Amino acid sequence: MAETVTMRDVRVSPHGTADAHGARVVQVQKSLMSHNDGVAAANREAFRGVLVLNVVSSPGSGKTALLERTVRDLQGDLALAVVVGDLETDNDALRLHAAGAPSVQIVTGTVCHLEAEMVARAVEELDLTHLDVLVIENVGNLVCPASWDLGEDLRVTLLSVTEGEDKPLKYPRIFKDADAVVLNKIDIAEAVGFDRDRALANVRQVAPNARVFELSARTGAGMAPWLAYLRERRTAKRG
Amino acid sequence: MHEFSLVVRMLDMAEEAARAQGAERIDAIHLEIGALAGVVPEALEFAFGGAREGTMAEQARLEVAYLPAIAYCAACEGTFELDNRFGIAVCPTCDEPSADLRQGRELHLTHLEVT
Repeated sequence: MAETVTMRDVRVSPHGTADAHGARVVQVQKSLMSHNDGVAAANREAFRGVLVLNVVSSPGSGKTALLERTVRDLQGDLALAVVVGDLETDNDALRLHAAGAPSVQIVTGTVCHLEAEMVARAVEELDLTHLDVLVIENVGNLVCPASWDLGEDLRVTLLSVTEGEDKPLKYPRIFKDADAVVLNKIDIAEAVGFDRDRALANVRQVAPNARVFELSARTGAGMAPWLAYLRERRTAKRG
Repeated sequence: MHEFSLVVRMLDMAEEAARAQGAERIDAIHLEIGALAGVVPEALEFAFGGAREGTMAEQARLEVAYLPAIAYCAACEGTFELDNRFGIAVCPTCDEPSADLRQGRELHLTHLEVT
């Protein structure tokens, strides 16, 4: 990214009035995210005592597999619902529904991320009153979802062992803003020659305060600390 | 390509501000973008080229000022500029990692030039 600050002559008189051609400067000083941030704040208000997660990762890291197992393991303990975003198909919502969680699919079409407004519309289909945890499974993408606050309490970034140890360095923003980093598919780490120490060091460098969980959503190994974290944060949220 | 969503929002905001000032046309849109905002300049330009058609900014220039990422170090109570593009914030004085980013996420529409 080059440091290019090109400020051309803006043709404004010293008194700030328009020049002979009627050209003038209009101050705006607003974030491009201000609309989304406003909706996200309203979402946060509407979610009240419900713990809300925004789960992000690249495609195929195992977001849905992790949520399926989380839903099954917490059955009868915490009431979960899922809002899931994909470019196409409702496959993920069907999988999560089969696992036992009310699920709403957001089909984004060509949009590479979820925005607060999409989530606001989707949760209208859910009964939030008896819910403990709402999980928003974002579109599989490590770039675009990073900028959009959805009204969540926790940003959870997944990384699987097949993706390479330098993912946190390649996609710093999405790891930097993570409250928790889940390292998934540890059951096949050896087979794919995964360098655990290097991966964890990279996570630590970019996100020194994130909680890190190493697990396999497929075998269930390492799930206990992750589930305990959700219970703990749920209790903290309810206050 | 979330740059397209951003550009559409930017054009909405710019047109609203320009109309409120009674302007007829937008000549330039000035943005400030942080180093960790996750925006690709080329993608932004490309999206702008497509999205501005039929708007007041059809002929406008897009002027972008890139802001470096700056973090706060709790140990020495000072701020420092990140010396890498990886979001790694280690204080050059204390060698302590910092999770407290003070600048670098910006996506700001600062001002317009209008006629």
